[in-house]
Amino acid sequence: MKNFHIAIIGGGVIGSAIARELSRYELDIILFEKESDVASSTSKANSGVIHSGINSPPKSLKAHFCVEGNKIFQSLAEELSVPVKFTGKYIIARNEEEIKDLIKLKKNGIENNVKGLRLIEAEEINSNEPNISSKYALFVPSAGITLPYQLTIALAENSIINGVKFLLETKIIDINYINYKYNIKTNNGLFQSDFIINAAGLNCRDIVQMLEEPDFKVYPCRGEYLVLDKNCNSLIKKLIYPIPQKKYGFLGIHITPTIDGNILLGPTFEYINNINDTKTTKEKMNLILNEVKEIIPSVNEKAVINAYSGIRCKISPPEYDGISDFRVENSKINPGLINLLGIESPGLSAAPAIAKEVVKIISKNIELSKKTKFISKYEKYKKFSDMTNVEKSKTIKRDTNWGRIICRCENVTEAEVINALSNPLGAKTLSSVKYRCRAGMGRCQGGFCTQHIIRIMEEKFNLDRTKIKLK
Amino acid sequence: MILIKVTSDVTVIGGGPAGLAAGISAKESGAEKVIIIDRNNWIGGILPQCIHDGFGIETTGLSQTGPEYINEYIKKARNLGITLLIETMVLNFNNKLEIISASKKGLLKIKSKSIILAMGCREKTRGNLIIPGDRPSGIYTAGLAQALINLYNIMPGKNIVILGSGDVGLIMARRLKIEGANILGVIEILPYPNGLPRNVVQCLKDYNIPLFLNHTITSIEGKDRLKKITIAKVDKNKKPILGTEKTIKCDTLLLSVGLIPENEISSDAGIIIDSSTSGPIVNQDYRTTIPGIYACGNCLQVYDTVDLLSIHAKIAGRQSAINTLKENNNNINYAEKKIIVKPGNGIKHIIPQQINITGMINFSIRVDEPKNSTKISFKLNKNEIFIKNLKYLNPASIINVKVKIPKFSKNNILEVSLNE
Repeated sequence: MKNFHIAIIGGGVIGSAIARELSRYELDIILFEKESDVASSTSKANSGVIHSGINSPPKSLKAHFCVEGNKIFQSLAEELSVPVKFTGKYIIARNEEEIKDLIKLKKNGIENNVKGLRLIEAEEINSNEPNISSKYALFVPSAGITLPYQLTIALAENSIINGVKFLLETKIIDINYINYKYNIKTNNGLFQSDFIINAAGLNCRDIVQMLEEPDFKVYPCRGEYLVLDKNCNSLIKKLIYPIPQKKYGFLGIHITPTIDGNILLGPTFEYINNINDTKTTKEKMNLILNEVKEIIPSVNEKAVINAYSGIRCKISPPEYDGISDFRVENSKINPGLINLLGIESPGLSAAPAIAKEVVKIISKNIELSKKTKFISKYEKYKKFSDMTNVEKSKTIKRDTNWGRIICRCENVTEAEVINALSNPLGAKTLSSVKYRCRAGMGRCQGGFCTQHIIRIMEEKFNLDRTKIKLK
Repeated sequence: MILIKVTSDVTVIGGGPAGLAAGISAKESGAEKVIIIDRNNWIGGILPQCIHDGFGIETTGLSQTGPEYINEYIKKARNLGITLLIETMVLNFNNKLEIISASKKGLLKIKSKSIILAMGCREKTRGNLIIPGDRPSGIYTAGLAQALINLYNIMPGKNIVILGSGDVGLIMARRLKIEGANILGVIEILPYPNGLPRNVVQCLKDYNIPLFLNHTITSIEGKDRLKKITIAKVDKNKKPILGTEKTIKCDTLLLSVGLIPENEISSDAGIIIDSSTSGPIVNQDYRTTIPGIYACGNCLQVYDTVDLLSIHAKIAGRQSAINTLKENNNNINYAEKKIIVKPGNGIKHIIPQQINITGMINFSIRVDEPKNSTKISFKLNKNEIFIKNLKYLNPASIINVKVKIPKFSKNNILEVSLNE
């Protein structure tokens, strides 16, 4: 049985960010992910917002990691070729009463060291966002957007290049701590490690429970979204948020432009019993549309091309208003068990800073030496749809597969599908193709390209067509 | 030279039945060089996967299968020397009639005297309907399921429910039943079936497949694979009625809930789209709002039979050829003298939406709900110019009406409506 220095449980954005940060050092690292790809749960189903840190309580870990994460997001994303856009955000007041809330928020933000906050009035709002009717807003310049699943995939794939071992479809069955080693039993065999990093998200309590009595519970809280067609992309340019609700640390149903040009509406807020219950409901869909229409009256439900939901990992129950801080800590009972608990929003924004914190915790226990050959750059090819005509021509000449368009809604080529299927993680589902190159993500939602992707999987990757999975 | 430059008299975007019919007709009407472009690695569009019969009844009198019907067109196109470019996708075109397309050979720039749009349509998805519930595998559009079984020999599932009684859904009910699947029912939110009456009889009744009219799906359940759906009766406003819910255990759900004409590249080029057809606004020649560009097939309006689609596409092809033969072909200005056609009471849409000439005009009309008997009336500037009795009207069937347009001057309005 091979011994690893570090075993990371969970291939979400947190686990993947930690894997990548630790891969800078001379360490044997393994990451277990129970699904068929990384970013299969909360990390793929969220708003994709890089938060400023304005909303979190001062001195909280949420505020600290969010503000710190936000600062390094740009350079991290550039290294990994993941798109980011600091669009800025308007938090809008719908009446005079809410202006007081804006002032309070601004004060909170200043205390959290959020820069550039500015109260603005109708004229400025209208000139930048003509579809919004609001008299006052708080402008938050450091808020932005990214593609959360692409970031997670890039973090994971770059970690692999730097020596981290990723095991997909690998569930943790049990863990024992014997003779200063963790023995990890999975459906894919036994593994041993010195450290365990519990980044299991919604399943974080199950992992703790294998080793000690947890002092917390997980209260899954679902958020539903609607996706609008790209042809609505002129509706807004910035993130548009209402005043956050007083309870639950819930930011409210907001309108989010995405990197790809679609617009997201949502999320809703609902405590549920089952962490896997990612269903969408008619009731919440209607709620989203009604609330958004209050902010942008011209939103048309015919433009909706998809609905989905994601689940927040809350560790505070609704009767305590659901407000709790992140927990990033060493277990007091089991040395070398590092728990990341209750990483809900702004977890995506905080991920780069949390990863650095985990390295700090580990470095207090063992001496870390930096690799001489850490490859920080993760080059991604330019998307065909982003190329100029000249670039397109040249690329097709180099490899004719670039001249065969597979996904017509998103103009994704056969070369890009092959590239997605050749990923270092070995993820080979229809979803893993979709999240890597957007084939199937457009307005026909895979109606046309699925058959071509199946053909490529068969011809080029020898997959059995009857065993190809959606996810 | 980085882009491969090509010139053409008529370039057709889309090599399905409409594109082929239009291209052949253009060639036969005198266009010298005709190119048909298709993004798939075959010509014929969706027809190779339509292995049921019924194609050609209205045109040749024969009831052929899709592949048989389209093969005759493909042969004819080849014999006429039409250039067929497969695995070539049009990325965009402009009002100067320049097309940019991508293929394995490189990027092509095609300059044409006429362009014919024949891009077809796509199926509505679960997202368009916003059906709530889980997001398991096992949910397909009916057309994708048809491709899987008929082209790739893959059964999409065993216990199957079909949402929507559109023609593709009805045909797939029969097709998968023959292949051994259990078809547990076809769910239709309207009080009447959405497909052609002949398909309701031949695909459902003949195979004892239940049709649930006035029903919709209220929930989808299943973590990895679909496990069950819940259906409910709907009221007059199409809202589910509490207490009428019924669950159906199934592993597969096919969606046949409507088709959307594909006109993203048309709108990008500045062609004006009719919000009721979702296709380009055209005149009697099937000419769009950009001179030299014509539209036909399912990107113009969603047809219920390939036969009628082919007949109309031929007219578009002929007109596109006439356009190439004219001097200064792109400068014909119809703006001076036109009739705007408006759908009135009971009419869902009407084509053409503009008329620039007098004489016999062929209209295709879709009504908005079934009617046993009614009168259709054409009023030019409020004066009735034509009236006709119609029987057994069905929104699933396009009505064809020929009307003689009298002499007119300047701008006019022609309103078409049903009289109770």
